Amino acid sequence: MADEYLTIRQNRRDYLKPLVFKQKSSGHLPRGATFLAVIIIILMLAIILGNIIYGGAGIISWEFLSHPPERGMEAGGIFPAIFGTVFLVLLMVIAVVPVGVMTAIYLHEYTRPTSRVTKIIRVSINNLAGVPSIVFGLFGLGFFIGFIGGGMDAVFFPKEGPVWGQPAIIWAALTLALLTLPVVIVSTEEALRTIPRELIEASYALGGTKLQTIWRIIIPQALPGILTGSILAVSRGAGEVAPIMFTGAAYYLPYLPGKLNDQFMELGYHIYVMATQSPDVEATKPILFGTVLVLLVLTFLLNFVAVYIRSSMRRKRAAA
Amino acid sequence: MPQHDNQIKIINQEQSLHPDTGTKSSPNYKMMVSSLDFWYGDNKVLHDISLNVSRNMVKALIGPSGCGKSTFLRTLNRMNETIPGTRMEGVIKLDDMDIYKDFGDPSQIRTRIGMVFQKSNPFPKSIFDNVAYGLRVNGIKDIGLVSEVVEDSLRQAALWDEVKDILDNSAYALSGGQQQRLCIARALAIRPEVILMDEPASALDPLSTSRIEDLIGELKKLYTIVIVTHNMQQAARVSDETAFFFQGVLIEDGPTKEIFTRPRQKKTEDYITGRFG
Repeated sequence: MADEYLTIRQNRRDYLKPLVFKQKSSGHLPRGATFLAVIIIILMLAIILGNIIYGGAGIISWEFLSHPPERGMEAGGIFPAIFGTVFLVLLMVIAVVPVGVMTAIYLHEYTRPTSRVTKIIRVSINNLAGVPSIVFGLFGLGFFIGFIGGGMDAVFFPKEGPVWGQPAIIWAALTLALLTLPVVIVSTEEALRTIPRELIEASYALGGTKLQTIWRIIIPQALPGILTGSILAVSRGAGEVAPIMFTGAAYYLPYLPGKLNDQFMELGYHIYVMATQSPDVEATKPILFGTVLVLLVLTFLLNFVAVYIRSSMRRKRAAA
Repeated sequence: MPQHDNQIKIINQEQSLHPDTGTKSSPNYKMMVSSLDFWYGDNKVLHDISLNVSRNMVKALIGPSGCGKSTFLRTLNRMNETIPGTRMEGVIKLDDMDIYKDFGDPSQIRTRIGMVFQKSNPFPKSIFDNVAYGLRVNGIKDIGLVSEVVEDSLRQAALWDEVKDILDNSAYALSGGQQQRLCIARALAIRPEVILMDEPASALDPLSTSRIEDLIGELKKLYTIVIVTHNMQQAARVSDETAFFFQGVLIEDGPTKEIFTRPRQKKTEDYITGRFG
């Protein structure tokens, strides 16, 4: 009995013995490593931007922005490429925004989040966002130009040469629209999720139909998100080359595109052409840098506007 | 004026301006619910509910959280249909009309059975446009008529004197209690026959709550009211009839006085005396 008591005491003493922990470093290493990573990123960006601004700023002028290329792109400006880019993304927005917004509204208002259909659509959208852009280009060539354009020619213009079944700005815009569809869907959905359910129910409770509720409450509320999505889609689309090289972008055109089945020049493709196909790469270098700078400023500006709209929308929400 | 009356008749589908005149058959009951079952997905939340709502009375639905009283309320104007994956069986009648079978689009029944929510939910629009919303979605464009109905509705909701000079201001500039009265005015603007209220005062301070309660007393002269409340005193104060729900089942239903003084069921007694819930 006494022995037993002693053992218990003994065990308790063992248990109560102070523990000795291993000495730890104060964490300079992780801090240093992460900081280094940040520095590398910033440095890279600075080198890229610095290089472009250094090489390109000199050539930017009103002449450069408003005149077509001359002498095999060794002189002159880039106006047709700017015009083509704007025309292209405009068509793309017209195609992608209604489809993207309607898809998001369908997913949010008409389906159960757990249903199989919703899951399949979501997986498709995510996969669409992951498809390499060159694949979109090939798809556009095969589907829009070959199948749709070729089909239209066979039905409406059987005697003439290809009218729609050839690379054209409309097919390039539709291909880009496919590529940017996930951007529009995702940001519209994000905006839809922030709409208080109570507002939607209030509209239904007052005898609003589904369509009226979508039109008068949901879309106005989601508008900043839809706008953000469209701008992000534009800035994404404006910088893509691969999807348009088979579907409509031209090396050089003596005229501006005026019809939907015209080819067009585009900034990104123009850069690619100047860097790889020019007869004298050295001579086109300043123009090349200038074009890159214009494209960068354009996309940065668009991104900035998108971020600004989104943050001011958040502020307004927080205030209300 | 006569012409205006006609237009109002159109939205109310041949109902008079002050609807509850009791000219139809079954004059005592405005709404009749029989054998109602309701599911969220596979989860059955209402079991065989049969209940009548008397004309120009206030019916209170009480019970602990999750007992199904709000779900039940939302079946009365087909609001649950806006939630995908819900299902119901049974019959709900407004006068002689089956609200699930005799109306094509659910929006039609909701112009006759209005609703006020727990959390005040004005639209991010002006005070005027909030009240006018129901008229506009129901096709009334005449601005003279709209202004007239907006003023009338705000008066009925006892809000007119406070907002008559700031009708163009955002509804969000109003206090919580005012916002809730605005939501009541908005529901009144479509001239419903029945008003469903889902804990309309639970987010308000005592003063605003008592204003809402006074308002309910006034409104029952013109409308039939069904109110869900957590507050037993409130149920006792404002209602004529009370129904007690527990775990998706209607336990007891009767005149408020009897429910609160001589409940027939043990469960009801336990709940109203605060033994659970």
